[in-house]
Amino acid sequence: MASIVDVYGPHKVEQKRKFQSPYISGGSISAEFSVYNAFGSLAEKKAYSMVITSTATHPDAHDECISSTFASRYVRQSIPKFKMPENSIPKDAAYQLINDELMLDGAPRLNLASFVTTWMEPECDKLIMASLNKNYVDMDEYPVTTELQNRCVNIIANLFNAPLSEEETAVGVGTVGSSEAIMLAGLAFKRKWQTKRKAEGKPYDKPNIVTGANVQVCWEKFARYFEVELKEVKLTEGYYVMDPVKAVEMVDENTICVAAILGSTMTGEFEDVKLLNELLTEKNKKTGWDTPIHVDGASGGFIAPFLYPDLEWDFRLPLVKSINVSGHKYGLVYPGVGWVVWRSKDDLPDELVFHINYLGSDQPTFTLNFSKGSSQIIAQYYQFIRLGFEGYKNIMENCWDNARTLRKGIEKIGRFNIISKDIGVPLVTFSLKDSSQHTVFEIADQLRKFGWIVPAYTMPPDAQHIAVLRVVVREDFNHGLAERLAADIDKVVKLLDTLPSLTTKATHVTPITSETDEKIKKSAVETERDIAVYWKRLVEGKRHGAC
Amino acid sequence: MVITSTATHPDEQAQSIFCTFASRYVREPIPRFKIPEKSIPKDAAYQIINDELMLDGTPRLNLASFVTTWMEPECDKLIMTSLNKNYVDMDEYPVTTELQNRCVNIIANLFHAPLNEDETAVGVGTVGSSEAIMLAGLAFKRKWQTKRKAEGKPYDKPNIVTGANVQVCWEKFARYFEVELKEVKLTEGYYVMDPVKAVEMVDENTICVAAILGSTMTGEFEDVKLLNELLTEKNKETGWDTPIHVDAASGGFIAPFLYPDLEWDFRLPLVKSINVSGHKYGLVYPGVGWVVWRSKEDLPDELVFHINYLGSDQPTFTLNFSKGSSQIIAQYYQLIRLGFEGYKNIMETCLENARVLKEGLERTGRFNIISKDIGVPLLAFSLKDSSQHTVFEISDQLRKFGWIVPAYTMPPDAQHIAVLRVVVREDFSCGLAQRLVSDIQKVMKLLDSLPSTISTKTAHVTAITSETSEKVEKSAIETQREIVLYWKRLVDGKKVGAC
Repeated sequence: MASIVDVYGPHKVEQKRKFQSPYISGGSISAEFSVYNAFGSLAEKKAYSMVITSTATHPDAHDECISSTFASRYVRQSIPKFKMPENSIPKDAAYQLINDELMLDGAPRLNLASFVTTWMEPECDKLIMASLNKNYVDMDEYPVTTELQNRCVNIIANLFNAPLSEEETAVGVGTVGSSEAIMLAGLAFKRKWQTKRKAEGKPYDKPNIVTGANVQVCWEKFARYFEVELKEVKLTEGYYVMDPVKAVEMVDENTICVAAILGSTMTGEFEDVKLLNELLTEKNKKTGWDTPIHVDGASGGFIAPFLYPDLEWDFRLPLVKSINVSGHKYGLVYPGVGWVVWRSKDDLPDELVFHINYLGSDQPTFTLNFSKGSSQIIAQYYQFIRLGFEGYKNIMENCWDNARTLRKGIEKIGRFNIISKDIGVPLVTFSLKDSSQHTVFEIADQLRKFGWIVPAYTMPPDAQHIAVLRVVVREDFNHGLAERLAADIDKVVKLLDTLPSLTTKATHVTPITSETDEKIKKSAVETERDIAVYWKRLVEGKRHGAC
Repeated sequence: MVITSTATHPDEQAQSIFCTFASRYVREPIPRFKIPEKSIPKDAAYQIINDELMLDGTPRLNLASFVTTWMEPECDKLIMTSLNKNYVDMDEYPVTTELQNRCVNIIANLFHAPLNEDETAVGVGTVGSSEAIMLAGLAFKRKWQTKRKAEGKPYDKPNIVTGANVQVCWEKFARYFEVELKEVKLTEGYYVMDPVKAVEMVDENTICVAAILGSTMTGEFEDVKLLNELLTEKNKETGWDTPIHVDAASGGFIAPFLYPDLEWDFRLPLVKSINVSGHKYGLVYPGVGWVVWRSKEDLPDELVFHINYLGSDQPTFTLNFSKGSSQIIAQYYQLIRLGFEGYKNIMETCLENARVLKEGLERTGRFNIISKDIGVPLLAFSLKDSSQHTVFEISDQLRKFGWIVPAYTMPPDAQHIAVLRVVVREDFSCGLAQRLVSDIQKVMKLLDSLPSTISTKTAHVTAITSETSEKVEKSAIETQREIVLYWKRLVDGKKVGAC
């Protein structure tokens, strides 16, 4: 019954009621009807009271209710783009107009460019839908939701080996994503450093932060918005993550923290946090400073604990004071949730925390956003208790398995160099061995026709012959899809062989490429170096990344 | 062996055959602090969480909040299908990006931004008004800094002038971005920022004056037009260039429809940016806000990150990055579905239902109404006689009927004063308003029959109250003054608000 009401709108229900005695009609109809009536217009209420005699409705109203959406005048008019329309339109027409335009967006499930979760179990969808209208900040009104958030923080802190005693609760907060999480963590470091410098009577106006050049754009945002200098460690040949030795060399008395990345965007590699901790401990001992470490575990935070439990990167290292992780990446929740946890209460300056008196107990909050939905928090808790350690481990193993399948499939084509690593975040980055005739750009374009969204990143003009394709393997990218993608890439490559080279048309761009053969058959190391340069520029120029 | 029944492993059988409530999962404690070792079936996980959430308040009956709790099922469908769409993937989801841009333009035009025919508006979708205010504040701060640097003057002590009735997110902005918050004290009978006093407080370090359209306490609109006039004069005198920001979180989607002649927006030349909550009277579920700037010049380019999006330049300025796109799509749905006509009808309905509620409460003869008739549709009221029972007890008793009506107690030295506040939203119909009044009446009758908890149990607190009769029957003005004091303290102490 519910589906009839949805499709045909209230008018049909009225008709139905005309043929049925109101006393016989099913409970579900009257339930739906009363829900509609609650906000319906006066006219519909009148119609309801005239149930038995059939009345002549106004011709316009009649038209709107009976004719199919595509027979109505609304699909003939242009959609308002810059100004609010004067008049209302029926809800099914509004739905159809928007829904149909959105068909032209890419399919999220086939978007292999992003780490962000695109599939959840239908049971969790139900929980999400039911809590869409629940405001996360109304802690007095929704105490259970608040409690679920606190449980998530504790579960994550324990997963990252926070040194908590039996009765101690973890210090952390749910955010909209890793960007907010990083800004909060950075702000805590900045304030702590300022307080210390003030107490020592030293200047506190030139804070800086040390990171690798492979860092995500949100660090740059933090630096610019909160007036902190970003000191980037340059990448070196064959080593595309932050070098701990160089990072520690760059640390000075104004460094508020060193940020290490667990899961570099380009290769999925983990940075050596353990070595960084050792070197920094030494330096701190020598200089008397107290420079801490933040780990940006946005993509790797939910991979390392399950696949590499012996890898020390988290609170087991004493200088790691805070960690952020994206719930909407390998935390397996739809976009809109991130987490930041601190080692202990002392690492989060109390002046930044706003205290809310919540049902008699103190509920500290530290966020940049205020009102937001609570569905993602609830969904995160669902995943934790539904999957457990076992479930997350199995999923991460599957991801790597499927990444390996894809890698083998691509290697078998024989046309590509694989650039990504085997340990870390499950992704496959590859470049064309020979791009004299066709580019990865064309491959990406052709793949769109099959439905796949695989981003191709072109190199800047002075290295235009090098470009990469990157595929992120998520939970919902299964073995079958991996094989299919490899097969489709193979098809595309073969198809391109039959097509005339586009590069010959634009001869002014490619003379270097077609003339010097050794440039094309460059070693994997060279390719990687070029790519590192490219990615660096991409970040600087495009300001785009996955957070 | 299709026909013969096979013996399955007892555990597996248990999992698939048993009803959820017959399974072992509802017998074991729920994991609170550590991730459990093993997985559990999805229906068990669903049931455990769903059932615990039953103990949360019902959002629809939560009258404490401005935030939207009901949308049309058609829009729910759109939201559901776009839950997994990441708003920042502009290359992959060009239509979603376009819808966001359309919303910005529609809102800028609604607020009378001075745009040419072909000019696009400058603005951005945010998670809520908090993010919007931080972005606007950051733009003002950076603009001021750049100007001061160019003039060779010190730029380390920025401040912002607001009324003391300001929402907590302004305080957050001030503390996190190191800007001093200069609050204009409220005066008797005037519970919003006084433009005269505000302009007096402006100095060369003031990055902007923030006016509120829709004060949390009374729903009143501040006089932005007068502020603009006074500030224009002062700017002329001093040679400064102090701008205005309007925090229209709750009032931004009310004033254009109900009071089209009220000048509070970009029609006033000093108003450089406005924020509005899509999830309040923008009629979208929580998680969407908007900030629009008057023109490109008002948003310093160094704060904007440029994304090369399908060949065209897509500037972005946000504190958050990845997030769902469903709220943006839902906002566009509401804008084109309802149109000007629809929004106007809904806002009129809200005011009408607030009036029904007000009349009903007045008819009981037990309450003083503190909120105003013009502004955001809300109702704040206090007990005329709280010598026997408090609004706190009323709030408690109303919970039993299902209503969540917040009662705010006064600090110890004025404990006999407290208010109840009801926000009238779209989905709070006339029927519900009448029902709430009758439930309040029932509660009053019930309380009358109960012994006073104040006079008997806590005699030491109420000695003052029960002895001095004139204190109880104090005038409405006095009551209001105390409430202002209370609200001020609430903000200071509790740091909670509705953004």
